[in-house]
Amino acid sequence: MMTGIIDVATIWAFIIAFAVFVYVVMDGFDLGLGILFPLFPEKADRDVIMNSVAPVWDGNETWLVLGGGGLMAAFPLAYAVLMPALYTPVIAMLVGLIFRGVAFEFRWRTTQSTRNRWDIAFAGGSLVAALAQGIALGAILQGVHVEARHYAGGWWDWLTPFSILTGLALVVGYALLGATWLVLKTESGLRDKAYRLSWFLLFAMLGAIGAVSIATPFLHIQYTQRWFSWPNVILTAPVPIAVAAIAVLLLRSLANKHDNQPFFLSLALFALSYAGLGISMWPYIVPQSITIWQAASPENSQVFMLFGVIVLVPLILGYTAWAYWVFRGKVRPGSGYH
Amino acid sequence: MFEGWDAEVLARAQFAFTMAFHIVFPAFSIGLASYLAVLEALWLWTGREVFINLFNYWLKIFAIAFGMGVVSGIVMSYQFGTNWSAFSDKAGPVIGPLMAYEVLTAFFLEAGFLGVMLFGLERVGHKLHFFATLMVATGTLISAFWILSANSWMQTPAGYAVNADGQFVAADWFKVIFNPSFPYRLVHMVLAAYLTTALVVGAVGAFHLLRDRHLAGPRVMFSMAMWMATLVAPIQILAGDQHGLNTLEHQPVKIMAMEGHFESHRDGAPLVLFGLPDEGAGKVKYAIEVPKLGSLILKHSPDAPLAGLDTVPRENWPPVPITFWSFRIMVGMGFLMLGLGLFSLWTRWRGTLYESRLLHMSAMAMGPAGFIAVLAGWITTETGRQPFTVYGLLRTAESASPLAAPAVGSSLIAFVIVYFIVYAAGLTYLFRLMAAAPHPGEQGPSGDMPAHAAGITPAIGAAAQGRA
Repeated sequence: MMTGIIDVATIWAFIIAFAVFVYVVMDGFDLGLGILFPLFPEKADRDVIMNSVAPVWDGNETWLVLGGGGLMAAFPLAYAVLMPALYTPVIAMLVGLIFRGVAFEFRWRTTQSTRNRWDIAFAGGSLVAALAQGIALGAILQGVHVEARHYAGGWWDWLTPFSILTGLALVVGYALLGATWLVLKTESGLRDKAYRLSWFLLFAMLGAIGAVSIATPFLHIQYTQRWFSWPNVILTAPVPIAVAAIAVLLLRSLANKHDNQPFFLSLALFALSYAGLGISMWPYIVPQSITIWQAASPENSQVFMLFGVIVLVPLILGYTAWAYWVFRGKVRPGSGYH
Repeated sequence: MFEGWDAEVLARAQFAFTMAFHIVFPAFSIGLASYLAVLEALWLWTGREVFINLFNYWLKIFAIAFGMGVVSGIVMSYQFGTNWSAFSDKAGPVIGPLMAYEVLTAFFLEAGFLGVMLFGLERVGHKLHFFATLMVATGTLISAFWILSANSWMQTPAGYAVNADGQFVAADWFKVIFNPSFPYRLVHMVLAAYLTTALVVGAVGAFHLLRDRHLAGPRVMFSMAMWMATLVAPIQILAGDQHGLNTLEHQPVKIMAMEGHFESHRDGAPLVLFGLPDEGAGKVKYAIEVPKLGSLILKHSPDAPLAGLDTVPRENWPPVPITFWSFRIMVGMGFLMLGLGLFSLWTRWRGTLYESRLLHMSAMAMGPAGFIAVLAGWITTETGRQPFTVYGLLRTAESASPLAAPAVGSSLIAFVIVYFIVYAAGLTYLFRLMAAAPHPGEQGPSGDMPAHAAGITPAIGAAAQGRA
């Protein structure tokens, strides 16, 4: 199957991976804010937290739609197998996203006495969505039962100790992104509290990365060979080394209180973990059952969309960056929007 | 629970339920985004304060409606995979790219500029802000383009081939996108969105005029909305007629169900106004008919023969009573809209547009008519496509996921509960915003919130209003 030449299915695998990564990066921090919400009981703090993402959350979630829609378009077989396999986590994620999404507007529209209900919806929805995404990731990694182009497993197959571990790991990771985002976007007491949380969450995240890394090779012998066999190890060893290096830089930026650094270094940690995931999965899109070539749409579907992606994605990244630029800088209590 | 239920029926119920709750928000926000662009353009052009007040007033309502459309839309984009995985595998190579283009060309455009539109007027200046509003409005229309193209392809598939895996693949993308029913459906739906919004705006305007007929904001929006109803309702009836003729050409069985034509007519089919379609007996009971009118409308000749459902195998029948009745509800709403438009035109001519209590009460009663018509029309076209997902080619029964009924049933219940909580709250907030009249110095979503009343100094507030 692998010809060594970069074909359009490979390009699409990277495009989908890119869309999912952008989603994880962008919605990750705003889900993280929801996860941290219960730790900030003051209304004034919560208003600032919401205001720091209100103008951009909508765009962040659009990458999830691109990930889902793109998967259906470019790898319909993978979409058709994975969605029934991940039925419960996907539904839970959607329900979570509904509650947290509407909370952005609703919490300003309700009267004071009931405002807290939408705060609970925001926090609970964010937590459920993050947990469900992490569980889905673990369920994909451990593999699903496929027969003749259909998912053939049961509807609780996704629930294992490993998927619970990846679920919790993602919650911790998103919380770290949220905390470092607050370091970047807020001031004084709120920022100081975010610093303290970042310390704790960084160690928790490193622990989670370690635990998932140790557990993954036990799932399938292929994962072990991919990471540890010679000469693969020359290519895979730099990943954990880079994780250690980024972790040191992140600790230093937290210690020296460089507000602008921790968020981007946390993103780098995510990028490395994501690369590790890619190394484990490649070239499967449904691990150990369906490769990207088996799942690929006919070439003319993929080429047709490729034109759009080449022209539109840079444009999208451009105006998204502009929107972030418009609302740049620290968010002050009572300033600007909402 | 749900043991012994049919998973396919539950999956269809779930799609119908989540879609029904979703579709009303895009229908409203397509029209409202365009209306907001018009209001902002009028403000920039004339400098009249009433336009920016109305803009900010409707912007707050748009923010809520848009948010609810987004979250219910994410559900739709995953439901193809969760409940209709066989359909996704087979039709994904054709339908998927159309939806991917919708995301790339429309959703990102809307979401990317929405933040600036809602919160950025003071940060980016008037011209750039107007540009952001235009981008959001354009995005809603582009979105309609792609999703209706995808929907139309399922109704009237064209430009496709079938590969060895049994998947539909595109042979000609132009024919796929511009399939036979697409132009008609697009025009019909966009006009429906504009009418729906106009009726809501008109109803809110009428509500405030009934309390105080001198308010500037309600007068302007009521007049604009009534012009829209007057002009667009007849165009929409014409567009609907053309869409019907197109359906007769490409999906005649759907027309038979809509018209209640169980029997073939060799020399002129009647128009069944009302009656009770009985699929078992194969006839419309207690039918009130106008002889020959069916052929006159559909074939433009009173004696033209029309085939009935008796020419179609029973297993290919759509559910006749639902299709029959939803069609009548839609058409009825259309003619009521036409009536409202003409009524407003008459009062306008008499100079009593802002005084006629009967007109204002009629307009209020017609507030939800657009939503009802959109839902009824959508039910007509989707149930009329049954028992196929891709018309004539892929049966609905062959499209569903290999799931057990309890899984589909539980998720259906979860969505029902969640939607009722979220939609009840959302509607309450929308009505609360609409119940307050637009006033001079109206603030947008970035304004009059208790949260930052303390943060905006009076000087800045006054400067902002001075510019308005």
